[in-house]
Amino acid sequence: MEQRRSPHVEGSAGQDIGRRRFLGYLLAGPTLVAAAQLGAGAESAEAAVPSPPEPAEVYDLNDLLTLAATPTSNLIAVVVHPDGTVSFDMPRAESGQGITTMAAMLIAEELDLPLEKINVTLADARPELVWNQLTGGSNTTISMYTPIRVAAAIAKGQLLQAAAMKLDETVTRLTPHLGFIQAPDGRKLSYGELAQAAAGRETKQVETDLKPESEFSVIGTPRNRIDALEAVTGRKKYAMDLDVEGALPTMVCRPPTIKGTVRSVNNAAEVRQMPGITDVVAISTGVAVRGRTFGQCISAIRALDVSWGPGTVDDMSDEDVLADIRKAEIPLAVPDVDPLAETVEGEFTFHFRNNAALEPQTAVADVRSDSAEVWAPLQSPILCQELLAKQLGLSVNAVTVHVEQAGGAFGRRFFSDPVIEAAEASQKMGKRVKLMWHRVDECRQGRTHPMCTSRIRASLLDDNVLTFEQRHTSVATDYTMGFGEVITSMAGKIPPLGQGNELGYSNTIFATTVNVPYKFGAVTQLLNEIYEYDTFPSGSNRNLVNPDVRTAQELIVDRIAAKMGKDPYRFRKEFADDERVLAVLDKVAEVGEWGREMPANTAQGITVHKEYKGAIATLVEIDCRPETVNRKIRNAVTGPRVTKAVVAVDPGFAVNPRGLEAQMQGGLMDGIAQALTSSLHLRDGVFLEGSWDNYFYTRQWNTPFDVQIVVMPPTTGEPGGAGELGVPSAMASVACAYARATGTMPTSFPINHGTLSFDPKPTVPPLPPSPTDGLQHTY
Amino acid sequence: MPEHTFKLNGKQVTVDVEDDVRLLWVIRDILEVYGPKYGCGINVCKACTCHINGKAFNPCSVRVADIEPDDEITTIEGLPGTVGKDLHPMQEAWLEHDVAQCGYCQPGQIMAAVAKVRQARAEGHEVGDADLDEIRNICRCGTYNRIREAVRTGAEHM
Ligand code: FES
Ligand code: FES
Repeated sequence: MEQRRSPHVEGSAGQDIGRRRFLGYLLAGPTLVAAAQLGAGAESAEAAVPSPPEPAEVYDLNDLLTLAATPTSNLIAVVVHPDGTVSFDMPRAESGQGITTMAAMLIAEELDLPLEKINVTLADARPELVWNQLTGGSNTTISMYTPIRVAAAIAKGQLLQAAAMKLDETVTRLTPHLGFIQAPDGRKLSYGELAQAAAGRETKQVETDLKPESEFSVIGTPRNRIDALEAVTGRKKYAMDLDVEGALPTMVCRPPTIKGTVRSVNNAAEVRQMPGITDVVAISTGVAVRGRTFGQCISAIRALDVSWGPGTVDDMSDEDVLADIRKAEIPLAVPDVDPLAETVEGEFTFHFRNNAALEPQTAVADVRSDSAEVWAPLQSPILCQELLAKQLGLSVNAVTVHVEQAGGAFGRRFFSDPVIEAAEASQKMGKRVKLMWHRVDECRQGRTHPMCTSRIRASLLDDNVLTFEQRHTSVATDYTMGFGEVITSMAGKIPPLGQGNELGYSNTIFATTVNVPYKFGAVTQLLNEIYEYDTFPSGSNRNLVNPDVRTAQELIVDRIAAKMGKDPYRFRKEFADDERVLAVLDKVAEVGEWGREMPANTAQGITVHKEYKGAIATLVEIDCRPETVNRKIRNAVTGPRVTKAVVAVDPGFAVNPRGLEAQMQGGLMDGIAQALTSSLHLRDGVFLEGSWDNYFYTRQWNTPFDVQIVVMPPTTGEPGGAGELGVPSAMASVACAYARATGTMPTSFPINHGTLSFDPKPTVPPLPPSPTDGLQHTY
Repeated sequence: MPEHTFKLNGKQVTVDVEDDVRLLWVIRDILEVYGPKYGCGINVCKACTCHINGKAFNPCSVRVADIEPDDEITTIEGLPGTVGKDLHPMQEAWLEHDVAQCGYCQPGQIMAAVAKVRQARAEGHEVGDADLDEIRNICRCGTYNRIREAVRTGAEHM
């Protein structure tokens, strides 16, 4: 699309973009439709593919995702309607990260139209986009920033031309303003009035300028979410709120161990007679039950008598997995350095974590003999469509996949598991289903961020770090949801699903996302995995490997600093390997008053991170005094409390600082949870956690009283990713602060994993009864 | 099938359903009022928080048979009606602070916040950190800080 090759922006984008011309399309149609090609730049993808992948700093995951799109990309379109509204069907999943608002802001800017006139919807699966409909790697803003603006700018150009004709004026004398084109004498025409006149008679390529940054009045300003009103009134619809005629509540009775199988259902006929129940059928993952209400499905599941076959990890517990990881760990090299060099090393364990959102897994499915239609929140809808077609024996064209708003995603909605289940149930029952996972299912059979260890050995001499080695060993992470395909499609060889997961996917993702943001001597980082990609149901959990990788590093960095007799902040300042990292580090130190006097058992922690084309630093204060750690709250884990957090973030350029701030706050809460409280305990093939009263995600009582997010002024001029950027540094800072407050460096995460703080719920029946005493807890 | 009647968002409603079906499913699956969300079904996530006679409660953990004909159930959809406006001040505060991310927990958060402010006042004080710490509603997107700010703003206008 860009005519000038410019893989790296020189100077500020403002000056630069102002001089560039961009290419897009005017599409033939009854009303104005302007389009642009998705994917950045006109560079040929082949030329830019690194082989083998270079380290993240040279070429990161986002370049890979963006470039993968180019050769196969297609058009995204901005439509101006005769009623004066503009619509944009976005081939990405909105799950709370604010990308629909971002898209509306870009359109509002280039089209000079009020935000409320813009409707952004989520596109159905569009197979022609191939790998370009994947929402992940915090890549949406990075890859869509220019194309959306180009389409909107072309639309504005067309409206201006149409107005010039109608008003008998020259285009240069006309001004677009808030949905109108105005002539100097005060005459004006609304975009709605012009939409048809401005429509394309034939589809053609059009050149356009984009607004220079200096003229921005929407982009870069803090804006509220476009769906905020719907969210606070309860009108925002998620998949389970859709009225699809005849789609009745459906749930699945699941096995007592991970990936267990159904041998026989011993009382299906009886359960089918229960009040409200319409169907009971065995499917691949358990026994599907359909009924009038979800409550009746829960009762039916509790009444089912099922003989279960073994799962994939029966008899295995945390200790066994950890022992297998230890056996697979690659030895750390003995650094070939000056014999006088000192060594600092550490080994850290990160336990299984759950990536479930608050909205459970959901899907509505209507499978007929010759077609299928599904509605679900999906980060990777095209793959879902292909998997469904394969499973149902239908052509891809016969399968319609509607992408719904997600109540959170965090990596879990990459996978089509609930949709595949819903389709199987619908097919077997011959009816429409509205399938939802119970919370217990989410904890026990849902995807987990796998257990891993990270070992680091650093050598230092005087004021230099000579070597820094990191060896990360992990239970395999399933990357077959699309990231994997992006990479292998670019490498030109697509191994069968699952084969080569480690070599083809995991290592590439590791190499393109990890780095050590400090000027150390010889740095090596290696990953190896154990088990098959699908031994455990695995996935990423709001960020891929970096929360763990960076937490291990930063704890060691604090140790190195201590060995050198340096303060953690000053050490990082001295060794930070880039200006942007240095700037955010200084900012949090200043705003967070680094080094202030603190009472015993309380301390600050400070760390940095760079990823997703951004840089971030986090300073936290933690309170580990006994009166805080031991405070009692019913059914809750309290423990150490992060009382204050200051985050400075440089995303390159913030399209919506207010949205960015929200993402950093969310990332901080995940970082706190991952450092202190959130984990799963594997015992005899089952995760003991069964709901939110066992799985301790950050709650109000764990939330810092004081959170300040500083959005740095634009640096690169290009927006970076936000959704996952905040987590690694937050987690690392909490860990470092904990080490300083207690005088003991934590080596196992979350730090409370060693204590089981609840009574596990039974596995048979798989669901607990809903309480009946709710009226005794009113307030 | 037994018949149950109660007031939902100001209107008397009647449903035919078994006694032990929890109210959340009656509201969502039968009456098709979708503001209250499911997040656990065992009274821990608080996504389904509604009001009964002005007090916060969790309909996933109450049998429909335990609701009396003159009980007033209010969901997020009926909250503005309780103050005779298009939006309750707490909803306005939520907009002002741009609290929602995915939005899934927010109907429950707002219903809990309104009750929390009233509860604090009944105890003779304004909501403070200790009250906010008691809000049990989970937000998996991590909007807790904006919730804290919005509750305080909403309280000022309640
Ligand atoms: S669904 Fe009612 S409290 Fe979680
Ligand atoms: S806004 Fe997503 S769970 Fe709260």
